Amino acid sequence: MNDMSALHAVSATPATHAGLDLARIRAEFPILRQRIHGKPLVYLDNAASVQKPKAVIDAISACYSGYYANIHRGVHLLSERSTLAYEGAREKVRAFLNAASTQEIIFTRNATESINLVASSFGGSVVKAGDEIVITGMEHHSNIVPWQMLCQRTGATLKVVPFTDAGELILEEYERFLSSGRVKIVAVVHLSNALGTLNPVKAMIDSAHARGIPVLVDGAQSVPHLTVDVRELDCDFYAFSAHKIYGPSGVGVLYGKQALLEAMPPYQGGGDMISLVTFEKTEYADLPNKFEAGTPSIADVIGLGAALDWLNAIGLNAVAAHEHELLEYATAQLQDIPGLRIIGTARDKAALASFTLQGVHPHDIGTILDRDGVAIRAGHHCAQPVMQHYGVPATARASFAVYNTRDEVDALVKALYKVKELFA
Amino acid sequence: MSDMRDLYQEVILDHNKRPRNFRIIAEPTHTANGLNPLCGDRVSVFLDIQEGVIRDIAFQGAGCAISSASASLMTEALKGKKVDDVGPLFDAFHTVVTSDSECPHGLGKLSVLAGVRDYPSRVKCATLAWHAVRAALEEHQQPVATE
Repeated sequence: MNDMSALHAVSATPATHAGLDLARIRAEFPILRQRIHGKPLVYLDNAASVQKPKAVIDAISACYSGYYANIHRGVHLLSERSTLAYEGAREKVRAFLNAASTQEIIFTRNATESINLVASSFGGSVVKAGDEIVITGMEHHSNIVPWQMLCQRTGATLKVVPFTDAGELILEEYERFLSSGRVKIVAVVHLSNALGTLNPVKAMIDSAHARGIPVLVDGAQSVPHLTVDVRELDCDFYAFSAHKIYGPSGVGVLYGKQALLEAMPPYQGGGDMISLVTFEKTEYADLPNKFEAGTPSIADVIGLGAALDWLNAIGLNAVAAHEHELLEYATAQLQDIPGLRIIGTARDKAALASFTLQGVHPHDIGTILDRDGVAIRAGHHCAQPVMQHYGVPATARASFAVYNTRDEVDALVKALYKVKELFA
Repeated sequence: MSDMRDLYQEVILDHNKRPRNFRIIAEPTHTANGLNPLCGDRVSVFLDIQEGVIRDIAFQGAGCAISSASASLMTEALKGKKVDDVGPLFDAFHTVVTSDSECPHGLGKLSVLAGVRDYPSRVKCATLAWHAVRAALEEHQQPVATE
């Protein structure tokens, strides 16, 4: 990153250092072709939700127009084909996470529901009054509120691992919490959506396991940006959303170790999750169906499978390298803007830059950038405790996906100078 | 940039930078907090109402330029007004920031916020302080009415 002029020179060519053909990749996203307020769309709100490649849109369309029917029940051909495609997507997710078995892959609505499932089912049966639940100060609300609700129901206490001004967890405090002997579960975010911090979850899991404490990892942000191997991590639960990994909205994944999932009571009751129902008694279905009550979002699950195929074909390592390069390029340029403060400067960061601009509220930044076609997120990012730590009501956030280019970073920076000019 | 000036007019930028009546009234007769839970903007309004007239009005809070300037302009517009005039003025202001119709008369400087109508996601910023004032008035009028 020392020679910025060299980086500028590269930006005109479609191939990246990571060897990606960005022009070809961008052509696969129909939405990126449009103009916003007369300007080319520069979509940098990927941490909120990422755009969809044609392969995913086509897979969903092919399901509805070719072989759609309900799954797990029909003897007719369409139902068999839908079931095959749906269960095929489960195998794709298993392989993507390197889980031991498809029985460990539960489809939910989103990462939030995955976490709620664990808090409700596992937490509800294991956590008692006087117990403790450890989370961190940089969690998304979806990994705070379900645990708070569990604490309210059970009389347990929430312990929050603090973080430094750079945005790195204070692991000494984490160890201190673990040593109380009362901790029943740890829930930690893999990649912070508000700060971009990549947390040392492997070391945190090892520490917890040394004391027999299970760990849930919130992987909503991490899965599109880095290779996750749940067996190598040895995490007990891993949650993510399809819509952040080029798949459709409305589908989430919960990975759970088989022994834990088998011991847990069902989360919701209904069809598909039973093996026998009489009015006296119900026998629950085996994994994973026990946790999939009711008709799921069949076509969208199949769409998630297509998204993973698409991402695998590009290669997650190449994606990560490209995004890392973009983040370094953006960080260097943003730091040069007078009055701009980057929120979250951890050594291990990925995929996004959160920032404030002196004298300008992030919402005003967002509105002005939008008029230049640049879409960013402005707000508290569903992580209000993080905002409180830095004493800011909100931040602006530019977040990257595989299809973003250096030219788009340049457009962001140029638009930010316009903001400064207007508010001078 | 020119169309950005339609939203961020000089008066708005000025009131954002130097908000008027940005203080606390120690013993307000009416007060309320406004919160935009989605974006985190918050405003507290304080009113000193004597014999149906707003003798003093002030606000505190943190928000975007639109919400800060709107709160500041609102305090200027409401100071000295009768309580009964607040509702009609809010209605007229709401019309200005949400519809394409002609600016109602009598809004004065408040009409600089008319550009908000082209930014539907920002209407709530422009009206936050007004909602807080209405809440402050309703909260305290109800007990009065029951006595």
